[in-house]
Amino acid sequence: MQYALVVYETQAELARRDDPAQAQAYWAPYFAYSRALAEAGVAVGGAGLQSPRAATSVRLRDGKRQVQDGPFADTKEQLGGLFLIEVPSLDKALEWAARCPASSTGTVEVRPVLAPPPGAR
Amino acid sequence: MNANRAAEQVARESYGRVLALLASRTKDVAAAEDALSEALLAALTQWPREGVPANPVAWLMTASKRRLLDARRRHDVREAAAATIELELATLDQQAEVGVPDERLRLLFVCAHPAIDAEARTPLMLQTVLGLDAERIASAFCVAPKTMGQRLWRAKAKIRDAGIAFDVPEVSELAERVSFVHEAIYAAFGTSWDDAAEGADGAGDLAREAIWLAEVLSGLLPDEAESKGLLALMLLSEARRQARRSPTGAYVPLKEQDLARWDLAMLHEGERRLAEASRLQKLGPFQLEAAIQSLHVARRRDGRRDDALLVQLYDGLLQLAPSLGVQVARAAAIGASNPRAGLEALDGIDDARTQTHQPWWATRAGLLRGLGRLDEAGQAFERAAGLTSDDAVRRWLLAQR
Repeated sequence: MQYALVVYETQAELARRDDPAQAQAYWAPYFAYSRALAEAGVAVGGAGLQSPRAATSVRLRDGKRQVQDGPFADTKEQLGGLFLIEVPSLDKALEWAARCPASSTGTVEVRPVLAPPPGAR
Repeated sequence: MNANRAAEQVARESYGRVLALLASRTKDVAAAEDALSEALLAALTQWPREGVPANPVAWLMTASKRRLLDARRRHDVREAAAATIELELATLDQQAEVGVPDERLRLLFVCAHPAIDAEARTPLMLQTVLGLDAERIASAFCVAPKTMGQRLWRAKAKIRDAGIAFDVPEVSELAERVSFVHEAIYAAFGTSWDDAAEGADGAGDLAREAIWLAEVLSGLLPDEAESKGLLALMLLSEARRQARRSPTGAYVPLKEQDLARWDLAMLHEGERRLAEASRLQKLGPFQLEAAIQSLHVARRRDGRRDDALLVQLYDGLLQLAPSLGVQVARAAAIGASNPRAGLEALDGIDDARTQTHQPWWATRAGLLRGLGRLDEAGQAFERAAGLTSDDAVRRWLLAQR
């Protein structure tokens, strides 16, 4: 089964990426984690996302496009990226989620990937 | 026995076994339930005419399986998935011939999985393992049937969609995962005691179901000491249920309880389970709590209670599972023979919650009275009475002033 490990990080953690003195210390555990996922043969895909400051939100209302600066929700923890993995069960996915560096400072949400709905091609 | 009764009895006894078997293959509890209930209906019409089959469990399993496969074909299930399920279910036929394996343990672990909403875990166990209907479960938990129905439905959808495995956890995780099962079982038992306090009808039913679940669990995990400890604790407490209220509904404290109203057979069974647990030499909080209960009821033999041993047991419990309740109970045990030392222990509890903790005030009141400080005792009894939600206890506390 495929699961998305959706990584939510605090502003403080996200800020470490932009601080030259801390960037290396921030990324090193993610490099190790990505390598571990690949070596275990469970990695399917994923992507890191730039800071929420770079986000722009779009809504179409009454035929009009509303474009807004900033992320969808202004919350304490922000979407930082996601990993897609293939494992046999939720428990295995939870194990991998607990190993993700963000699990100790932010939150890792584990979501099963949607199977193609009937009629999808 | 007539065929209707036989069918009913099979339903009760084999519900969880058949459901666990089907659900562990299909990973879909709700679909397995639908198929099983259809099979039960068929059994109730067919068996009175044709006689009860030699192996009713296997009959039900085969009938449920057929319905499950029909349902799969009716719905627009991807062919690969349907084929996998057919293959999984095919293995059931071979097993049915050599004897039906008991998969209820896997089902218990799934129901009490930490990924399931904590409020749904106990109801889910009662429904899937014991076959209680949602309406009865709702009334036991004092929620609207619709609410309970939705809670159960969401939990089953989560099991299916999130891919929670029907597996017995690995040894490294077993203790933690079993503790979730214990919590869910003990929650059912605790609910029944709260209801008893409010005089709700059928409150004892849920306690009996909780005991039944613990019996199933300790039978399935014979080497797991805390499961037996939990069973012992519930039996030793349940045996005194009748004695906790006088015939007129007044609260009766433990040391004044009428021994004739204790269920001696159940006490004996509780002691036996506790002895079994201690032979495994893996001490845990439930065993200690059961030992404390066992000590409380020891006076049925010689009218005495070993207070020093009681304090030791609380010391142990404080190490394994510290809580404010245990600290207060320990102080009460110390105070039973030495009120001054008991009061010192009580005052030594460094926790702001004591001020709104009913047992803390009730214990304090008793100890102050023991020291002859009657004015202070009266005030403490009043404070305790103001903090209880149990009317019988409130009346008792106020009468102590």
